[in-house]
Amino acid sequence: MEMRKGLRRLTAVLSLITMAILMTGCSDKVIVLNPKGAIGKQQLDLMIISTALCLVVIVPVLILTFYIVWKYRHQPDRKAKYDPNWEHSTKLETIWWSIPIVIIVILAAITVKYTYLLEPSKPLEHEAKPLVIQVTSLDWKWLFQYPEQGIATVNYIQFPANVPIRFELTSDAPMNSFWIPQLGGQIYTMSGMAMKLNLIADEPGSYLGMGANFSGREFGKMQFTAEATSQEQFDAWVQGIKGSSPALTKEGYEQLAIPGVSEVESFSSIPAGLFQQIVTKYGGHNHGSGSGEGATEHHHGSDSGEADATDKAPAMDMNMDMGDGASMNHEGHMNHE
Amino acid sequence: MADNRNAHAHEGHHDLEALRMMGFWIFLITDCILFGTLFATYVVLNGNTAGGPTVSELFEMPGVIAETFILLTSSFTSGLAVLSMNKGNRKGLIGWLIVTALLGASFISLEITEFVKLVHEGAAISTSAQWSAFYTLVGTHGLHVSVGLVWMIAIMIQLGRHGINSVTRRKVNIISLYWHFLDVVWIFVFTIVYLMGVM
Amino acid sequence: MLDKIKDFASEFFVTGDPLIYGADVSIGLTIIAVVSALTFFKKWNWLWKEWLTTVDHKKIGIMYVIASLLMLFRGGVDALLMRTQLAIPDSEFLSPEHYNQIFTTHGVIMILFMAMPLMFGLFNLVIPLQIGARDVAYPFLNSLSFWLFFFGAMLFNMSFVIGGSPDAGWLAYPPLSELSHSPGVGQDFYIWGIQISGIGSLMTGINFIVTILKMRAPGMKLMKMPMFTWSVLSSCLTIILAFPILTVTLALLFIDRYLGAHFFTLDGGGNPMMYINLIWMWGHPEVYIVVLPAFGIFSEIVATFSKKRLFGYKSMVFALMSISAFSFFTWAHHFFTMGSGASVNAFFALTTMIIAIPTGVKVFNWLFTMFRGQITFQTPMLWTIGFIPCFVVGGMTGVLLSVAPADFQFHNSYFLIAHFHQVLIGGVAFGYFAGLYYWWPKVFGFKLNEKIGKWAFWTWNIGFYVCFMPQYILGLMGMTRRVSSYGWDKGWWELNLVSTIGGFLMGIGFLFQVWQILHSIKFMERDTTGDPWGGRTLEWSIPSPAPVYNFATLPHADEKDPWWEEKLRLAAGGTPKPQPSLEPIHMPKNSGIPFVMSSFFFVAGFGFVFDWLWLAIPGLIGVAACMLVHSFRYKTDYYIPVDEIKRTEAAARRVV
Repeated sequence: MEMRKGLRRLTAVLSLITMAILMTGCSDKVIVLNPKGAIGKQQLDLMIISTALCLVVIVPVLILTFYIVWKYRHQPDRKAKYDPNWEHSTKLETIWWSIPIVIIVILAAITVKYTYLLEPSKPLEHEAKPLVIQVTSLDWKWLFQYPEQGIATVNYIQFPANVPIRFELTSDAPMNSFWIPQLGGQIYTMSGMAMKLNLIADEPGSYLGMGANFSGREFGKMQFTAEATSQEQFDAWVQGIKGSSPALTKEGYEQLAIPGVSEVESFSSIPAGLFQQIVTKYGGHNHGSGSGEGATEHHHGSDSGEADATDKAPAMDMNMDMGDGASMNHEGHMNHE
Repeated sequence: MADNRNAHAHEGHHDLEALRMMGFWIFLITDCILFGTLFATYVVLNGNTAGGPTVSELFEMPGVIAETFILLTSSFTSGLAVLSMNKGNRKGLIGWLIVTALLGASFISLEITEFVKLVHEGAAISTSAQWSAFYTLVGTHGLHVSVGLVWMIAIMIQLGRHGINSVTRRKVNIISLYWHFLDVVWIFVFTIVYLMGVM
Repeated sequence: MLDKIKDFASEFFVTGDPLIYGADVSIGLTIIAVVSALTFFKKWNWLWKEWLTTVDHKKIGIMYVIASLLMLFRGGVDALLMRTQLAIPDSEFLSPEHYNQIFTTHGVIMILFMAMPLMFGLFNLVIPLQIGARDVAYPFLNSLSFWLFFFGAMLFNMSFVIGGSPDAGWLAYPPLSELSHSPGVGQDFYIWGIQISGIGSLMTGINFIVTILKMRAPGMKLMKMPMFTWSVLSSCLTIILAFPILTVTLALLFIDRYLGAHFFTLDGGGNPMMYINLIWMWGHPEVYIVVLPAFGIFSEIVATFSKKRLFGYKSMVFALMSISAFSFFTWAHHFFTMGSGASVNAFFALTTMIIAIPTGVKVFNWLFTMFRGQITFQTPMLWTIGFIPCFVVGGMTGVLLSVAPADFQFHNSYFLIAHFHQVLIGGVAFGYFAGLYYWWPKVFGFKLNEKIGKWAFWTWNIGFYVCFMPQYILGLMGMTRRVSSYGWDKGWWELNLVSTIGGFLMGIGFLFQVWQILHSIKFMERDTTGDPWGGRTLEWSIPSPAPVYNFATLPHADEKDPWWEEKLRLAAGGTPKPQPSLEPIHMPKNSGIPFVMSSFFFVAGFGFVFDWLWLAIPGLIGVAACMLVHSFRYKTDYYIPVDEIKRTEAAARRVV
């Protein structure tokens, strides 16, 4: 009796929650499900495909669970069969080893395909030339440099919609993670390395940007706005900053890097090579020089696959040699020397 | 103790001392992983000298080769100790253990001399990642050897008191196993740290 | 002089927060109350002889369970403080500093000082009885493991009132956890607390592997072991392979902080990413270490309460072993967003997905154990049935997270938080609760009140869904983990409020459990049968609570469910097996060394935390001295004479 009441209560709660999900799912607030850029949209496709594949198994299992628990509950005049010694059936077990294997094989194939397709350092195919924004996570603020425009901002970025954006990311503080959910997934910002993330906004709008990885006391304040506008508005904005904002000097950067929170700021010029200096500052770092060179290279606008290879290498071969002994690392070192 | 062990060893299927020997083997597996992790960190950080001295500049192979030779010999003498024990020769057993311990002690003193010299030449643990990893890996091995020394002395005293019985026999077997294990680890240290460092 | 002392005290003790003053007072009062009660009732001797020096696995198990329930309380209070802070936007209930400390201690305590010891408690209470042994392989080491855990946990918890808590997250990623960014002693408390208890965990792993491999009752072949025993074996194998990595990683972090080394620093050629790799090479297997025994518990309970053999025994064993093997090859899925390149991400995505296969098979086997069974719904079974849907959904979101490119959107968000709480609460906590309810009568000799237990179950369950389902959506709304507050403009507050309500419901569930225990102690419902649930394995064949030597004569186990088969045979009119004659039983003597040695470890750890070598070195010397003293002791055992066994057995059967 108790059980039946409980089950009904649980079903009620579950259906309420499902309704809540469906209702909020339609609203704009669930930003990951409401992407505004090509990358975010493909990632959403992948989420939907993988969820659907999982539900193919999960839903029958849940139904089966409730059915079996209900049907085989102990009661005085039960009609269902009781077979205490039934413990094995090759046929059944083959079935349920195969079902998850099949699902996982399908999912794995899709995942591998998308992993290469959506590799964040891969340039987007687009007729427009990408805009470069150099991102530095500081204690507890974001510095954005526009090397081609020669301006910089703090905790705010603006860029034209329908133009690919090539983010180059590093950190001058504990690791953080750069995330604009409506444009696409995040990537870590790490000292001594220049990571790359290619995103695009399909339509103008104001998007939430987050520092996603915990980095200390005021980590919660590391949020920023990413504004996608028309090309004209973007150009006007750049001109506005050039005309009215102060310059960012080396000393100004040192000031900015002191731990603390910051308002939105803008600078009309940036010291030459600041981003590369931040990356190479941790120069003795494992493979640091490799990534430093990578960063310099694409600063000159190089999009070649080679540049990609050099600065993807650091994190990659490190992961590999964690997995397996000496030889790997040695090769890694050779590459860099 | 050993004689009325039968009461515990029901149907003879778990002998207490054999049980302890097995536990020690499993402990050695965990120690393997410990050293494996340290070797991995060493290999990852190898070359990260941050502008400071490199290993090939400072390593002096004659001393290291002497250390290697001493430790290999001590592994051999610890084997001789076990052989004497199996013959029931307590004096021979204790004698070979003393030789082993003396060799171990000279290994440690050579290693300490090497460390002091390196520090004077400007390579301390805080100099760079390269040297942090070096001191930690080699030092962990040295710490293992030192613990082994104290333990070996304790066993010698117990052998003096109780003679060779099932308990002391197991203890000697275990310390000898431990000693061979440290020897094998040292061969890896010698190859990966020193040989590959100077080559 | 006085000023100096004042300065020192204000550095040494954590000050400035009413919550902490409150905690200080209550800790002080509790200590005074305990000490005076022990003195008043003249119980010091009893405490020392019966508990602090015991090497009896049953008593050690009980101490593990009590300690872990206290830790569950503290970790739970941490959780509720966080949920209270997040219930409304722009809340100023907790400062960011304080919030950071709380989520750090919540994580560490729940995994390392709650889940692990509760698991070890169940190992201790059940394994020797289930395999028909008199004790574990190394009773002395077992006691040492417990006290190392206990003093490690105390050292960690001490940071709450002395010196300041760690605040760099439960895995303490450098460079944040390095001296450069965390100059306080909190991080050192973290390192030493975990390090000391970690040594204990490693020894427990070794101990139970040997116990299971070497001390099984005659006739119990490997493929006839109870499933819980199998799960403990797989968990312990994972422990011995994973915990040394943790030991090294924390030691390196300590060397960085203490000697200025450069393993994980930003300067000097250090590599913080290496730490992240290392810590997850332990951290991911760790999750399986705690969940595998829960799988074992469910397997036992599902068979008992369906009155039916466990379905697909061989598949279950194979699944357990393959899960523990694969758990070592998935660690990088915790940082797909590190930019390691598509090949690395694809590899780790695949290994992660592969684990879903054996896990899924286990669910099917549990379902088909119930199929054609006769299910009754006592509390252990309720938690098991509550577990299945919860774990299935949690497992599904885990598969979603393993899809690397999609993980770029889930990572570090509340979606992730919801996922791992669903598998850790729905899998691990529910599993251990089920195990506690199931074996409670065997341990204490009385059953827990079923009615209050059902209330506890339902509040926990409903609370769980109310708390964590909204968090999946919050993650998709862009809410990242570890933010201490958020603005009204984000639109996150409704769901956060719902989630907080759910959190408090679980808190009420916990109170129900406390009430249930107290109520059951008061109106004790004695278990006179030794077999209250109709059990199937050997532990149910002896009286409850088990006598100190467990089995008067060692049992034979020729079947997979030996006790069940024996009962069937007797019911069919068979004669009881002839018992071999009683013989004196060889038992290990109690020893104070584990307690003393662990307290020296505590002293050494405390000394290193505050950089006081005058304290740390004597502590380490004390540890070494204890080991030597133990090595020189040869008389560590005694015999229980036959007539004493006869008296004990007669007394135990008398209640029958």
